[in-house]
Amino acid sequence: MKEFKYVITDPVGIHARPAGLLVKEAKNFKSTATFIKGEKSAKATALMKLMGMGIKQGDEVLIRVEGEDEEACAAALEKFMKENF
Amino acid sequence: METFKGTKIVNGIAIGKIKIYRAPVYEISEDLVSDIAAEIERYNKARAKVQADQLALCEKEKAAGHEETAGIFDAHAAMLDDDDVIDEACKEILSEGHSAEYAVSEGCKAAEEMFLNMEDEYFRARSADVVDLKNSMLDVLFGADTSSLQGTEPAILVAEDLAPSETVKLDKSLLLGLVTRLGSSNSHTAILARSMNWPTLIQCHDIADDWDGKFAILDGYNSCIYIDPDQKTIDELSAKQAEDKAREEKLKELKGQPSVTLDGRKVKLYANIGGPKDVKAVIENDAEGVGLFRSEFVYLNSKDDPTEEAQFQAYKQVLEGLAPRMVIIRTCDIGADKTIDYMHLDKEDNPALGYRAVRICLTRPDFFKRQLRALLRASAFGNLGIMFPMIISRWEVVKCKEILAECRKELEAEGVQIGKYEIGIMIETPAAALCADELAEEVDFFSLGTNDLTQYTCAIDRQSANLEPFANTHHPAVLRLIRETIEAGHRHNTWVGICGELGADPTLTEDFLKWGVDELSVNPKSILPLRGNVRSVDLSKFKTESPTPKAEAKPEAPKPEVKAEAPKPKGFFGRLFG
Repeated sequence: MKEFKYVITDPVGIHARPAGLLVKEAKNFKSTATFIKGEKSAKATALMKLMGMGIKQGDEVLIRVEGEDEEACAAALEKFMKENF
Repeated sequence: METFKGTKIVNGIAIGKIKIYRAPVYEISEDLVSDIAAEIERYNKARAKVQADQLALCEKEKAAGHEETAGIFDAHAAMLDDDDVIDEACKEILSEGHSAEYAVSEGCKAAEEMFLNMEDEYFRARSADVVDLKNSMLDVLFGADTSSLQGTEPAILVAEDLAPSETVKLDKSLLLGLVTRLGSSNSHTAILARSMNWPTLIQCHDIADDWDGKFAILDGYNSCIYIDPDQKTIDELSAKQAEDKAREEKLKELKGQPSVTLDGRKVKLYANIGGPKDVKAVIENDAEGVGLFRSEFVYLNSKDDPTEEAQFQAYKQVLEGLAPRMVIIRTCDIGADKTIDYMHLDKEDNPALGYRAVRICLTRPDFFKRQLRALLRASAFGNLGIMFPMIISRWEVVKCKEILAECRKELEAEGVQIGKYEIGIMIETPAAALCADELAEEVDFFSLGTNDLTQYTCAIDRQSANLEPFANTHHPAVLRLIRETIEAGHRHNTWVGICGELGADPTLTEDFLKWGVDELSVNPKSILPLRGNVRSVDLSKFKTESPTPKAEAKPEAPKPEVKAEAPKPKGFFGRLFG
């Protein structure tokens, strides 16, 4: 299992268009990535569930990755988050 | 003639007949079905069809170069994925033995409510995207043909609301303008209308069925629609429409043209921006760079002191998005008249002359270093200029450069890649303008902040209405400081730009060029009009003057003409964004 934390800097938070790209990125891997904020969580491959978490600018999210390619998946998602959120 | 109000999305005027656009309304039965498996099959087919349609719309928009709208449909397709909110809700209802139509209708309602219950306005507006998907799936299930709803003649389309996929499917050659009763300015449909530049009015609550076929004028400037307009209104607005068109055509022609005078003198036309969201406007208006990126937004939009990482991401986004254009980022210009809680600034009696900008940065080096490190890291991703505001003395510039060098050393030790960058300062105090020769030895460029320079030179608060009779935006003292600053800069190979409001003043363009200004930085919308201005200037008539003319001010008229200016917000925002 791999984990990393990320603080959202995008003024609108996790919103539809870039979130759609995030889902695509997550689907490239066999591992399961989960976004966790407080008691809420959603798989990185489920766009509406991710948006439903209402993640805003300044929120810290924990991203947990589990599976055979978790190293590569976590690295790719961390890069994606930095570039887009 | 009747007039109805709404909220405009796009300025502009549309003249023509009204066509009421009516989406089909379906009757859906709650009754249970006998063959559950067959309904699941029908549902899956409808979902797959709509998902494929949304992806096709995405490809179509991409091919047309509309990246932003393409992203909307891409996201729509993903919203229908297996095991996401909509799919889960629909499948649950299907498992209870309801029809595919009922499952779609009720399942989407649950997803719609999820968004409607969210705090943020942006997310609430996403409920419209769910409705779009619901209606598209119902159209498939009912086998409806929605292609004929627009009619066959060019018309102003009037609807309850339009979903993004409806909007994008409209035949643009038949669309004069758009009016809806509902809709929000955050909706994806509004984004589409903006990107297509259609005259659009939303929240026009008085829409009536009997408008169908009537002659009307949609007036985006006044946020209203005239039904059966009188001849005077028709004449006036037709003329305005023609004027708009001519101006647009003229400005369009200026895109891609060099900013050069008739006699061949080039000047750089840069844009003033406030954040990554403005990158698009810079490109659309064909600015050659950014002359002033106000970094304040990273401080104002943040609950806490923004981290180095958050700042780096914002700067990088702009630099990368605009490369190879130059982007000049002004370091923190927060002042004591804006109490950002986490900065813990004392209240001051005279904030304009108080603890602000570089004065805060130099006394709080750790705070300053976070921004400088972020800037240096971002320098690897584009063509950066770093600019320090509110300078009055040489030692301040030296100190800023020392701290910057310290950050550079640290980053290099950490193995971080750093690109090339230029260093400059704002000339916005009379002290800086008068010491420009000394200051020029320290920096690559100057940028004249004419708003503050005018306020400090004339001792006139721009915000004060009582002072209006005394205010003169073309005060000879200010113009003289500008001219002498340009000359001082050039004596030391320091290039000089103007980023204040005067930069966009068409009555001064010729003077600025004559004095040798290297760059003018204005808001993105002013770029093309200013380019038109520059291209009509002929400096050859001044060539007979001595090459280094003595700075002489124009004599001030006995009764200075006070230019009517648009009212500006009071206080900090007025100073910051004015």
